[in-house]
Amino acid sequence: MPRRIRRRVAVVGAGMSLFMRRALETGKELSYYAASAALDSAGVRRQDVQAVVMATAPDAFDGIHMKGEYLSDGAGGWRKPYLRAYVGGGSGVFSIISGWSMVASGLFDIVLVVAEEKMSPTQPHPQAAFINIFDHTIERPLGPNLLWIFALEQTRYMHTYGIRNEDIALVSVKNKHNALGHPAAQLGADLTVKEVLASEVVAWPVHRLMVSPVSDGAAAIVLASEDVAKRISPRPVWVEGVGWSLDTSYWGNRDLAYPRYVEDAARMAYEMAGITEPRKQIDVVEPYDPFAYKELHHLEGLLLADRGKAPEDLANGRFDRDGELPSSPSGGLLGVGNPIAAAGLMKICELFWQLRGEAGPRQVPNNPKRGLAQAWGDLMQIGTVAILGV
Amino acid sequence: MARRGGQQTLRGTPLRDADLRSGRISLERWEPNLAYRWDAGVAIGRFLEGLQEGKILGVRCHRCQRTVTPPRAFCEVCFKPMDEWVELRDTGTVNTFSICYVTWDLQRLVVPQVPAVIEIDGTSPRVGFLHLIGGLRARSVEGIRKQVRVGRRVRAVWRPAAERTGAITDILHFKPV
Amino acid sequence: MDQQVAIVGVGLTPLRSVSPELSFREMIFEAATRAYADARVEPRDIDTFVCVAEDFHEGTSITDEYTPDQLGAVRRPVQTIAGDGLQGLAAAYMLVRSGAADVAVVEAHSKASNILHHEEVLALALDPTYERPWRVTPHAVAALEMRRYLHEAGVGPEVTAQVVVKNRRHALANPFAAYGANLTVEDVLRDAPLAEPLRGLEVSQYADGAVVLVLATLERARALGAQPVLIRGIGWASDEPSLSGRPWAQAVYARLASEMAYHQAGIHSPGDEIDLFEVDDTYAYKELQHLEAALLLDVGEGARLTASGRTVREGDRPVNPSGGSLGMGYGFDASALVRTAMAVLQLRGQAGPLQVPGARTAAVLSWRGVPTTTGGALVLRAV
Repeated sequence: MPRRIRRRVAVVGAGMSLFMRRALETGKELSYYAASAALDSAGVRRQDVQAVVMATAPDAFDGIHMKGEYLSDGAGGWRKPYLRAYVGGGSGVFSIISGWSMVASGLFDIVLVVAEEKMSPTQPHPQAAFINIFDHTIERPLGPNLLWIFALEQTRYMHTYGIRNEDIALVSVKNKHNALGHPAAQLGADLTVKEVLASEVVAWPVHRLMVSPVSDGAAAIVLASEDVAKRISPRPVWVEGVGWSLDTSYWGNRDLAYPRYVEDAARMAYEMAGITEPRKQIDVVEPYDPFAYKELHHLEGLLLADRGKAPEDLANGRFDRDGELPSSPSGGLLGVGNPIAAAGLMKICELFWQLRGEAGPRQVPNNPKRGLAQAWGDLMQIGTVAILGV
Repeated sequence: MARRGGQQTLRGTPLRDADLRSGRISLERWEPNLAYRWDAGVAIGRFLEGLQEGKILGVRCHRCQRTVTPPRAFCEVCFKPMDEWVELRDTGTVNTFSICYVTWDLQRLVVPQVPAVIEIDGTSPRVGFLHLIGGLRARSVEGIRKQVRVGRRVRAVWRPAAERTGAITDILHFKPV
Repeated sequence: MDQQVAIVGVGLTPLRSVSPELSFREMIFEAATRAYADARVEPRDIDTFVCVAEDFHEGTSITDEYTPDQLGAVRRPVQTIAGDGLQGLAAAYMLVRSGAADVAVVEAHSKASNILHHEEVLALALDPTYERPWRVTPHAVAALEMRRYLHEAGVGPEVTAQVVVKNRRHALANPFAAYGANLTVEDVLRDAPLAEPLRGLEVSQYADGAVVLVLATLERARALGAQPVLIRGIGWASDEPSLSGRPWAQAVYARLASEMAYHQAGIHSPGDEIDLFEVDDTYAYKELQHLEAALLLDVGEGARLTASGRTVREGDRPVNPSGGSLGMGYGFDASALVRTAMAVLQLRGQAGPLQVPGARTAAVLSWRGVPTTTGGALVLRAV
């Protein structure tokens, strides 16, 4: 039996900073840019906000312990209930879930959700922060890096379904092209599959242009309860369903070809949204694409493509901006950039603009009514899903 | 710097490497002096002792009929303590692998690392752990793929007994057989 | 009608200065097993899980990775709150109130003994450009605050020493406590200053341990046959994060958090309506600041209340009958949940030699430690 949720919640505003390889601004300042843009878009002031959610990924990027505390004033949290939920790369999409639960619980009517990442402070390279995600006793001594787990998963995915790297490279081509229409984008480009595969191998089968960049940036949204949303917003975008699921940390004991935790999260969100046929009922999707194959993997986990068949759908144009199910019309992490938590919330911002018909050159046709955003994180382990609708 | 996006102004000031090198940008440096000594505990503690003795150990849950490694004190599926210790073989099958040309801090490598998930013989299906494949002469993707593929049988290459410390690196790497 | 939410299970490992026999996973498994047995639930009965952790306390980036297995939460909705224990409890509480979950679990732990130089970690919490370049011990932030507090309160160092004596004596009877001791005010005053006026004995000592709490709707709690304690109100707040511009004498975050919790609980006169307080005492003077916030008092009144002797376990206004962090040990953000567990035992009448007779309502007040200005407040009531 589906759960009865106490209150409906709407997104009433969204805003972003630019995404860039290295920002002059501090994380506090980036948070302020996005938060104030979202407040302006919603037409509310900081005083109207009753609580603030912060999403930001490893503290090691900034070299700041309890990073959420440091960012609080930039995010508008001064003297307010302020909360940082943290599920690795899944944090950006989880942040709307945190904010949703705050409003749905009846404790708050207006909540500001801010996601920030400043990766550039880590030296010699932001990738260095990721060595500490591995098990301290049985993995770190092997000298692992973040690329390993993606490459290992991609290899298994390709092996299981007989997928070629050309099929996967097409995700980079599509998303970087889509990003040309995004004003915040760091890496919009018109590329060919050949050019993607000609970029150097970083960790076979992963080539450089199949990896999202390191980025600094922030994004924010404003959430409101039904009564308030109807009063202050001409076009509220409703949170129809949320879901999340975390798989075992013994990732070497799992089937790496299929993200079952994404399916768990999707099923939870579909049930809450009353969705029984997702392929017919979702009009636009923003799956998480930190690596090219990940978008395909996730479309399958979301039950929006058959297992192993997402590459074929992609090649047939199904996921193009004017295709049957536009996927990552924003340009995704591969194109817009990947300030980790902010990139996840950027996908929610994109749905907000798409569903209101405000996405400008990125607008998908036929007045989409319902969209899904998904993020992924930890050791290939967590799925976070939010479904928005008008 | 600001850029117009729809109805909004997007703010942010991108910097170039040259801005940093030229000293035009104020920076504060800090090298954290962080050190930890993690308690390995019951299960991983014994696993490490096993490695020092040249053995790969696993644990078995009778309720779930599962044998797994790396060992754990409790079964995460049925949430009861594990039932018995099992000595596994030091051979296995490559579940997946990569050929990695960069280090953890993105320095380019001439001789690539070949990380792999290795399903250890004697466990339940598709149960393994992360390690490296070594003893390969090739350096190129094509060359290495001739020696390593998904499903390839491998065997642990152990550090000499006197040099083992009770660590995952007591296995130097796995080698195709 | 608001959904009534209760704490229906507590599981705690004894706090100890070291715990080499167990990994963090094994320690949490022990606490979870106890909590689930106490609540009469199996992992499959639980709808959502909240863990409380900070990366640099674990020495692991993205600690969320390592949370599900030891809670029986594989492929379930799990999240990590990088915050105070009461913020984690609030996240679980809101999910139950929203209708998204009927049974929720919140977990926190400390392996403080595994961090070789915690001061180095704390230094990373200071603003990198304005505050770190001093290269002063982060405990000095507490010393700054303590001096301003004593100045505005118009009291001497004897009263903070009295807090140390009281809490470590309370802990002697607590089997979960690591640092029970019989001290005198003179012993504390003779101790060398760490950062004057803060003396070594006024700083709580690190402890390892794990705590798991099970929450449920009241309806579900009754169906389970567990012994519920109602969450009547929960609040949290963050004040100024930087060292410049913060109000040093008064814990404004604690006052805001208390007001939020009391508003939900319908409490107007906490001194008359609350039978016992478990308030943060990471540093001895903080107990005074936090007591003032919890009782809605002016600066200095908490100190005078303490000096009068009324805050001992046998007094009419018991504060930290468990022994607090000074007596039990300090486990970072887990401290708040350890103290919540102690308050639950009190309201169930299961606190043994620590029992405050007839306790029906309790308040817990937490703080995230230097250099933060974040804390939470919780009001619990026996059913």
